[in-house]
Amino acid sequence: MNNLFVFCELDEGKPADVSLELLTKGRSLANTLGCKLETIVLGHGLDGIENELFPYGVDVVHVADDPALEHYRTMPFTSVITGLFRQEEPQIALMGATSTGRDLGPRVSSALHSGLTADCTGLEIGDHYVKRTDTTYKNILYQIRPAFGGNIIATIINPDHRPQMATVREGVMKREIVNRNHRGEVKKINVSDFIKPEDLVVEIIERHMEARRVDIKSAQIIVSGGYGMGSRENFGLLYELASVLGGEVAASRAAVDAGFAGHERQVGQTGVTVRPKLYIACGISGQIQHTAGMNQSGKIIAINNDPMAPINSLADYVINGDVAEVIPKLIKHYKANAR
Amino acid sequence: MNGIKIVVLAKQVPDTRNVGPDAMKADGTVNRSVLPAIFNPEDLNALEQALRIREKYEGTTVTILTMGPGRAAEIIREGLYRGADSGVLLTDRAFAGSDTLATSYALALAVKKLSPDLVIGGRQAIDGDTAQVGPQVAEKLGWPQVTYAEEMHFEDDRLIIRRRLERGVETVSSPLPLVVTVNGTAPACRYRHARLVMKYKYARTDTELQSESTDYIAGSRPLIKITEWDVEAIEADEEQLGLSGSPTKVKEIDNVILQSKESRQLTASDKDIESLVLELLENHTIG
Repeated sequence: MNNLFVFCELDEGKPADVSLELLTKGRSLANTLGCKLETIVLGHGLDGIENELFPYGVDVVHVADDPALEHYRTMPFTSVITGLFRQEEPQIALMGATSTGRDLGPRVSSALHSGLTADCTGLEIGDHYVKRTDTTYKNILYQIRPAFGGNIIATIINPDHRPQMATVREGVMKREIVNRNHRGEVKKINVSDFIKPEDLVVEIIERHMEARRVDIKSAQIIVSGGYGMGSRENFGLLYELASVLGGEVAASRAAVDAGFAGHERQVGQTGVTVRPKLYIACGISGQIQHTAGMNQSGKIIAINNDPMAPINSLADYVINGDVAEVIPKLIKHYKANAR
Repeated sequence: MNGIKIVVLAKQVPDTRNVGPDAMKADGTVNRSVLPAIFNPEDLNALEQALRIREKYEGTTVTILTMGPGRAAEIIREGLYRGADSGVLLTDRAFAGSDTLATSYALALAVKKLSPDLVIGGRQAIDGDTAQVGPQVAEKLGWPQVTYAEEMHFEDDRLIIRRRLERGVETVSSPLPLVVTVNGTAPACRYRHARLVMKYKYARTDTELQSESTDYIAGSRPLIKITEWDVEAIEADEEQLGLSGSPTKVKEIDNVILQSKESRQLTASDKDIESLVLELLENHTIG
């Protein structure tokens, strides 16, 4: 009872990266709290799935295996998870901030009347003192996220309601196997206890899931463009530089919103978090939502003509100049000097 | 399909997409007054979907529902200019400080009172990016939800909806009643219609009428009222609203202070750039 739960999302029948990242974070939070780490996985044909989860230090895997759960659908998933949570009363529940987690999380939190914080960039355990009632809440979850367009960092808490729920984007937390030989307990959920016929009214007619084509997460060198690039055409320069350096092109949210690049290239709080060896920020001002997704890069080069741009204070090198002038020069000198 | 009663959920938001340096006050709080208040972009995509359904099915009505301070009536007028039939402003001091869950509670009560067949809202609002209110309202109503909608049409009495997911596209079918949230990738909202601007320019809430001189407003035109509902009108339990009704609390707000590194300042000159490239090659960052 009162353990930490992670919703394990499946991606092509395998635990999604983000879920494994959350299990890793969940394990360390559970250690701090002295509670168990449990996970719930829903789907169809899940035999042996627990073996992929135990190495992350999971104590209990709850498995809901049913044809009705083969693909994610809001209502049956909500019913199973809220049903289990009512029985188990977790103190914390974490989900990936994916299309699925962002559809499911609010539904579950609304059903259980527990608070939910979206897109957290940090999760910590701490105390909270309320002066008015002279009460101290011990060991609650600090849910840390940029807010208000990234202009502030807010620490959100959920003192009186359980579970304390949070979603986290893929790549924000690190994924780490605790012990390959670790074994926990498997508990089968009797799905028909929880699903009602009216949960199945929405039918999936067609699904086209694409393999991830652009993978900025694993790129060692990232050439990233912001709104300051001015146009989709100017982004062409970034592709040139990236291809010369053997890197990948990324973009800030402002650039994605402006249509300069696709969403799959977005770095930041509502995009992907990256940790490349080299991050070249071109025409990016450096709002916190963006820097939250790249500030752990090995080296950062900022190219812009705004001496006051916040990104400059993060950068190892600031090139003060026009991107359209600087990038061709970078290409030229690289080609001239690289072997 | 007979006429469908549609409620569009909309929010007035500060335009956080273009926050300048003057948006923060000296004490580190956000200076909302310098940020223009706009119709949340994805709620406009939602309105467009509602208007498209109305074009196809005679007798369909589109009502904008928004919760906010008095000035949020501005986005109801904006919706009327673009083709909505009516609007309801949910406004009360008791709503202040509501998190997404308390907001959903109030919106769900207002939706019940309007008793629509279909509720359409934007995927998320740009001031919070949580994408929680749509699903939370659906849960409170006990209705199904379809999020990330990009296109929708009826086949018999079921709505067929194409969803744009992070990794692909999914098409689902659902009966009514239903809550749909619309993605920014859906078609943009139509522009204002000059005739509708003339018609609704002076549409006002009761509160606005009290604070403005009605002489210039009324003129010879019939006065168009925007409905205003308070806590009492939706029979809400005040304990479930505002700060007391919000499970999530803000413990702390920190200004964003970027940790300064020692940055090396370079110019766009060939000399500077060549030395940078050489240095990066030297320490194997590139090459």
